[in-house]
Amino acid sequence: MKLLHHFGKYVLLMKRAFGRPEKYTIYYRQSITEINSLGIGSLGIAAIISVFMGAVITIQSSFNFTSAWIPLYAVGLATRQGIILEFAPTIISLILAGKVGSSIASEIGTMRVTEQIDALEVMGINSASYLIMPKVLAAVFINPFIILISMFLGIFGGWLFGILTGVVSSYEYIYGIQYQFKPFGVTYALIKTVVFAFIITSVSAYHGYYTNGGALEVGRSSTKAVVYSNILILVFNFLLTQLLMS
Amino acid sequence: MIEVHNISKSFGDRNILNGVSFVFEQGKCNLIIGESGSGKTVFCKCMVGLLKTDGGTVLYNNRNFTSMDFYERKEIRKEIGMLFQGGALFDSMTVEENIIFPLSMFTNKSLEEKRDRANFCLSRVNLPNAASLYPSELSGGMKKRVAIARAIAVEPKYLFCDEPNSGLDPRTSIVIDELIKEITYEYNITTVVITHDMNSVLEIGDNIAFLYKGNILWKGNKEEILHTGKNELIDFVYATKFLKEFRKKIVK
Repeated sequence: MKLLHHFGKYVLLMKRAFGRPEKYTIYYRQSITEINSLGIGSLGIAAIISVFMGAVITIQSSFNFTSAWIPLYAVGLATRQGIILEFAPTIISLILAGKVGSSIASEIGTMRVTEQIDALEVMGINSASYLIMPKVLAAVFINPFIILISMFLGIFGGWLFGILTGVVSSYEYIYGIQYQFKPFGVTYALIKTVVFAFIITSVSAYHGYYTNGGALEVGRSSTKAVVYSNILILVFNFLLTQLLMS
Repeated sequence: MIEVHNISKSFGDRNILNGVSFVFEQGKCNLIIGESGSGKTVFCKCMVGLLKTDGGTVLYNNRNFTSMDFYERKEIRKEIGMLFQGGALFDSMTVEENIIFPLSMFTNKSLEEKRDRANFCLSRVNLPNAASLYPSELSGGMKKRVAIARAIAVEPKYLFCDEPNSGLDPRTSIVIDELIKEITYEYNITTVVITHDMNSVLEIGDNIAFLYKGNILWKGNKEEILHTGKNELIDFVYATKFLKEFRKKIVK
């Protein structure tokens, strides 16, 4: 029952959040600001994680492909598939849920407990729309680019560390990443990314918006935002994989 | 003018407001006074629609606010300015941006015009050099004054002040009271002040309602309040030992 209550409240909040904006120019400007803070601000951590993720997948693959029947280019193939299909869209989204989700929940939660949201409402501004819509739109727009960069850096990291550690040659790795490449894999990853971006921002905003109390509750909302975003990302990862790949 | 008829509000089993009625007059400082927990802030939030009432009506110049939908309410809210207890300034914006914000949302003024208005409002609240500061750089009294400047920027017809003196020293409190009084008379607006500060009551109380356990127990003005016969109000007005002694002398 509690789950249904929260789901209903979430749907109603989203309905308000995607209501008619008071002034399009202000919402546009707000969205650009959010693209900068939520997207560009997350590029650094996404890049570092991607490079090392690619490196580890390459090294792990080469150590586990011990059979003589498995060609060495399979290391490149495994890295490509792992990075494009799962690691870049899912793991980076889980990390963004931690970084961006907690930031959104604590920002909106603090605005709630310091009556800034009440101030917006009294001014006649749809606070849900003003605070949530630009964040959701920004993440849905910018996250696919972050994931594309992550894919590139992950595969690059695999190549770099594969050569540096000597587990695979450059020729075999590059042959492997090109072997039987299906572009739909990238489309599938980007579809997932858009869904995850919506989940991260909307779920976190929901927890922040309905914060009640003081600093302690803001902290709790922030934790809840990350936990529920992560759970939903994993559930939707399964559902989307089943829908798009089967 | 704001008319409130039979407003009631409860949270679970707790009745906060029990059919409260009052008329807030235009061009006057209308005060809702009462002890902490008497329902003053809930009453104020019900009036501006931040809380949904269980029953009763709120009329803004004969327009029934309680029966309006979200978008109709927005139109009324554009005529409302509100000063919150903590100021509720937007942390991420400078003082000037805070004041310009409602103007940007609802007017088509140029940036120059908006800046002029912000500067005028800031000089009106005696803060001419604070435009570029952030709320975190302001003192409590300055925050309240900026919040007043933001509230009057859109030239409201109704001004709500929720405990404008809370957390301020007596001298700053007087400055804030004076400011509220001046703005009310100057712009002929309907001002509603929620307070439990007796200095404010005696300074600006043109029209006073005493809220006690969710009911309005007494109505009057600042001259009448000192001569009240209501025991609950006497306990509120003459709360300190000094004032109790003072009252004994008067009665004698």
